[in-house]
Parts: sequence; C-alpha cells; structure tokens
Amino acid sequence: MEDKTSFCETAEQRAKLEAVIEESRSTPGCLMHILQEAQAIYGYLPIEVQSAIARQLHISLSEVYGVATFYSQFSLLPKGKNRISVCLGTACYVKGSDKILAELEKQLGIKCGECTPDGQFSIDSCRCVGACGLAPVMMINEDVYGKLNPDMVKGILDKYREEEK
Amino acid sequence: MQEKMINLKINGIPVTVPEGTTILQAARQAHIEIPTLCFLKDVSRMGSCRMCVVEATGARGLVAACVYPVAEGMEVRTNTDKCRQSRKMTLELILSKHKKKCLSCERNHSCELQRLSLGYSVDEDRFKGEDFVLPLDDSTPYLIRDNDKCINCMRCVNACKKQGIYAIGPIGRGFNVHIGSAFDRPLAESPCVGCGQCVVDCPVGALSEKSNINEVWAALSDSSKKVVFITAPSVRATLGEAFDMPIGTNVEGKMIAAIRRFNPEAVFNMDVTADLTIMEEASELINRIKTNKPMPMFTSCCPAWIKFVEQTYPEMIPHLSTCKSPQQMFGALLKSYWCEKNNIDPASLFVVSVIPCTAKKYECEREEMKGDVDVAITTRELARMIKTAGIKFTELPDEEFDNPFATATGAGAIFGATGGVMEAALRTAAHMLDGSFEVLDFFAVRGSNPIKEATYLVAGHTIRVAVASGLDNARKIVEGIKSGEKKYDFVEIMSCPGGCVNGGGQPTLPDSVRNSVELKAARAKALYSCDNSNSYRRSADSPTIDIIYNDYLSFPNSHRAHEILHTSYKADPKI
Repeated sequence: MEDKTSFCETAEQRAKLEAVIEESRSTPGCLMHILQEAQAIYGYLPIEVQSAIARQLHISLSEVYGVATFYSQFSLLPKGKNRISVCLGTACYVKGSDKILAELEKQLGIKCGECTPDGQFSIDSCRCVGACGLAPVMMINEDVYGKLNPDMVKGILDKYREEEK
Repeated sequence: MQEKMINLKINGIPVTVPEGTTILQAARQAHIEIPTLCFLKDVSRMGSCRMCVVEATGARGLVAACVYPVAEGMEVRTNTDKCRQSRKMTLELILSKHKKKCLSCERNHSCELQRLSLGYSVDEDRFKGEDFVLPLDDSTPYLIRDNDKCINCMRCVNACKKQGIYAIGPIGRGFNVHIGSAFDRPLAESPCVGCGQCVVDCPVGALSEKSNINEVWAALSDSSKKVVFITAPSVRATLGEAFDMPIGTNVEGKMIAAIRRFNPEAVFNMDVTADLTIMEEASELINRIKTNKPMPMFTSCCPAWIKFVEQTYPEMIPHLSTCKSPQQMFGALLKSYWCEKNNIDPASLFVVSVIPCTAKKYECEREEMKGDVDVAITTRELARMIKTAGIKFTELPDEEFDNPFATATGAGAIFGATGGVMEAALRTAAHMLDGSFEVLDFFAVRGSNPIKEATYLVAGHTIRVAVASGLDNARKIVEGIKSGEKKYDFVEIMSCPGGCVNGGGQPTLPDSVRNSVELKAARAKALYSCDNSNSYRRSADSPTIDIIYNDYLSFPNSHRAHEILHTSYKADPKI
C-alpha cells in the first residue's frame, strides 16, 4: 500500500523527526518508538518518512515497512482533517456498524483506511470505544455519535462540511 | 572447559549430547529424522511452522524440536499419534491457501510441502482458505516470486537477512501476511542483488529462477543460429546431485556428453576464461601495486557482489577490478576472436552460459556487456533440459570439451569455491613478480570459513589478502577497510556463502540432506581434487591462454584486452 499523493514536510517536522531518532537510536528496539513519534509528527508514515528512518538507523526499508504494516496503529496513508473511526467491536457489529461503515464509504467515495482527495475526511475502523451501550458507535475527531443508523450518516457529515465553510 | 553432557532418550534410544543441543540435532544421533519446514541449518531457526513438534517429558503440550533444548533425563517421542495428527493438521492448514498447481510446478518432486503431505496422507482440500491472488513478481531478470505458493516459512527472508541485504521481509499481519519488498514494490526496485540464496532455500515453488530454457531450445532448433555452451567451474561439482548422484561427484565428462546430445556447435570450458581472468586480474593487481592506484583491489567475478558495491558502497567502485567475469570474458571472446577465426557472423552466434548463479542472468543483461552472452541458465535449468531431452545422464560416457577452449588449469577449476579466485590469482601474480616463486598451494585462503586473511611476501612486496564469502561478511570487510582498521592489497568476495558451489542456481536438495551434510565443503572438495589432478595448476602455464594471447590479445592488459575483457561500473544507491 503506497500513498500516491505528494508528500510535503516542514523543516520543523524534519527537525523533530531527526531529534527523535538521535535521542532513541542507541536503545534496542527503538524502531517502534520512532515510528510512533513519526506518526505523531506527520500524521502517517509515508515512504519518505520510513526511508529517512531506515537510512538514519542503518537498517533496511523492508524491516521498517514490516513493522509499520504489522501494527494496526500505524497508517501508511494520510489522515483527513476530520478523522472518522467506526467501531467494529462485537456489540457495535451486531447492532449493524458494518452498514454505518458502508454508508460512510458510499457518501465519501473512499474505502476504510483511506482519505478523501480534498483531505477533509478519512475513515478507519476500531475495536470498541467503551460506549457499547450506545452501539453502533462512531467517532469523528473527539466527538462520539451513538445509536446510529445509516440514514443519519449524511446529516452528521454535513455538519463537518458546514464547519469548513 | 569441558562441555556439560546431557543424557536423554529419543523414542527409547539413549543419546548423550552437549548441553544446548536441540531435540532436532539430538535425534539425528539416534538416526531419527524429525520433519521440518521453516528450519534450515545455518539459515533459518524460527520454531514457527510447527512441523517438527514432538512430545517431551517436562514440557507442556507439543514442543518444536528445532528450537527446544534437551534436558537431563528427558524422554522424547517423535512419532506418536498426537505428533502425527498435529503435523497433518499443520500441513492441511498450510495447504488451505497454497496454490496447488503442482503438476507444472518447478519444484514438483523436490517440494518439501509435497513430500511431507504425501508422508502424512493429508487431504489437501480439507480446509478452504480465502482465495488470494497475489501479484507475481517477475520484475527482475533473474527470479520469479509467486506468493500464492508461498507458505510464509520465512526461509527466504532469513537467507536475505543472513546475506545482510534485507531486500524482503514479512508484510502485514495474520492471514494477510506475505513476503515482499518494502512498500510492496517490485523486487527490481529493492536492494536485492540477485544472489538467489532465497531460491535455493525455498522449500516450495514460491521462488524460482526466471527460466531461459525456452530460448535455448528455440536457438537450438533455429538453423540460422550457431549455439555454443560454456560451463562454469562449479557446475561439474553439483550437476550430478540432480540425478541422485552423491554430493561432490565430479560429472564433468557426463555433463559435456549430455550437452553435446543437444547438438550445439560446441561445448567449451569456462575454466579457460577463469584462467584468462586471472591473467588480466593478476596483471592489474601488480600494476596497481606498482603505480599506487586505489588499494585494496577487489575481485569482480561475482555479479551480485558488483551490484552490492554499486548499490551500497558506490565510493568503493574504484577498488573493483575492471576485469569482466569469466562468463562475460568468454562471451566477448567468442563473439570477437572465435568468430573472426572461424568466419562466423557474431550475430548468428548464440552463447549459452551454464552457471551456478541467478545473478549471472542479470549480468549478461547489463548495458555495458549486453550481447556478449545471450542467455545464462542455472545448473538446475541444465538438469531440467537433460531430463526433458530424455538423456540418461548417469549412463552417459565421459566426453571432453571442444577445442580450442578445452584445456584449462586447476586454478580455473577452483574459481567455484570461496578462496579459489584468490589462490588462483596468487599463483600467477606471485610468479609474475618473482619468476622463481614456485609455491602453488595457498592453504590459508581455502576452506569455507566466512572470512580468511593471510599475508605473503613476494619479491619484496608484502601482499595482504582477505577472502570473504556471504555478503554480510563482505560488508564487514568493506567497513573494516573504510574505518582504516584493516589494510589489504587484494580482496576476494563471493556473494554466496562458500562461493559458487553454494550458488543460488545450484540444485535444490531435500531438507533432510541440507540439515545433515556440510554441503559447501563436500562440493568444494570435487573442485580441489580437479585442481590437484590437473597437470597445469597456474593460469599462466595454460597452453590455451598462450594461444589466446599469441593469436589475438598480445599480452595481459593490452589495449585489445582492455577493449574486450574489461568493463566499468556505475553507482546505483538503494536502501
């Protein structure tokens, strides 16, 4: 999975990443920590960032990529300004959260894990947000939406679109 | 200090082994073979496939014999119902997502999964896994990865890791895990150097060389083409394995006879151009010593090593000998000298090189040398051609190479083993520097140790040499030189551990053999006995070499020799 959108970084981001690598490079198993920090800095882990990490740690890109694809916490694709997370945990799933996810994908024209071309929305799935009583649940940024049905999806998305305007 | 010994019983048979021995190793002492898949001696030790599970007292449940250490008084059972059922289930689960296209699979009859499945009477359709169709990677000129056949045993990954290349790794997690290069890019864009160790270490048909057999058959049946075969030094030492002959059998005569049954124009001995390489390389070395050029000089006959330098250490390019490899020298010489001499249009000449190597397929495609050799086929491909042609290999008479490229020296033959090029070069270089230097055996550079060092004093020159096989060891040598910690004059590098005898194009052997035999040493022995029995042991003494220089090239490193036998390199950094 490789992101085809062009990668841009600020000098500040670069400096932060280099500082993180320098600080932790001598610790065995530092790759996990560096990837976490890198994701916090850039929002995701594009090839440019992974290559920089590999080069500076003197390890191969394939090792870095192996770790980045093993853990679901890492994303290879950029995230939207509004990050949608649909709970596919047991309770939400039996209450039909798969249909919520399908409706989101339809409305935004992207698949789970992807980001809209305008960078406004990205969709991910998660396992339980601790609000099973409200199943099915999704989160947009820090907001929790519960007792959802597919018809409610468009209205909720519009709210964020309006905020944009 | 004496090792602590452990007493245990395996299937009731008492064995005594040093502490730290695994159950798998101990079982061999009791003449018991425990099946393995992800384990491979010297390469891969994961304990992940669960094929080698056994019952052992003191352990909860079944344990993986390949990683589980023995303990005093332990009783191991390797062939109980529980073990067999577990192994069978493991196989059936592996097969649930394996592309079972066995009939046309290159590894049909040499597949570990197939062999085990037969032994455990599995039902290959018991479970139906999700049908994945993963893309076939044929991006390189030398190998093909078909991940639908991959069983994720990680042997290729560990082979690549052992080489220090890390071109491939596991990607993703759980059911989606697959082996590939970073960002699922084609192998051609990865740091892969084409050594092919992953191919010989693959237990199934997920990895294979990119075959050129069809091109060879087509050329052979094309009346406008003159097909010439050239065979690399180590092929004679390994080809017999494909016909169930003992490891280390020298089958040179039968190999020539078999190729001659294809009706080519000629079958030539690549040891001749190994000798020629030595003439050029030894002269280059002496020239470098005398003119203070960048030292040390590195050998250049291994194309995977060349690719490694271009990708990883481009700053070391000036240290590489400019000599082409014996394969490329031969191709170039055939298309110039031999064609001129015999009034043959070089365009109608089709040169087939038989090599123990996958990287040689890449080498003959390199821009600087394209066309010298038309195709390179591995020892495995030659064996397959012989079988397809219905030639009863073991019953063939011994035949000899065609003139004028038949006679070579023992120095050419040992090119196929680690240290061989160094020894061959020392024999000639020392004699070039000091005509009275008669030593022919340089024992310090022999053997399959990964790194060997020696110092020789010849005609007032101290020559410090190093020999490394396996690219991770090559890296250690280069780093040592770069840091200034190590000073050498001449360094031989072979990418494959043990040199070409253990090349990526050599016959695949069953795990039961790989795990119990010292393969590299057994194969190398065949080459050193070739050397010993040869009446010419110094490349400079070869009558064939005399003819080539007298007839065509004048003298080593002459202008014409440079045009035909030397090449250049370019940086191509990759991570």
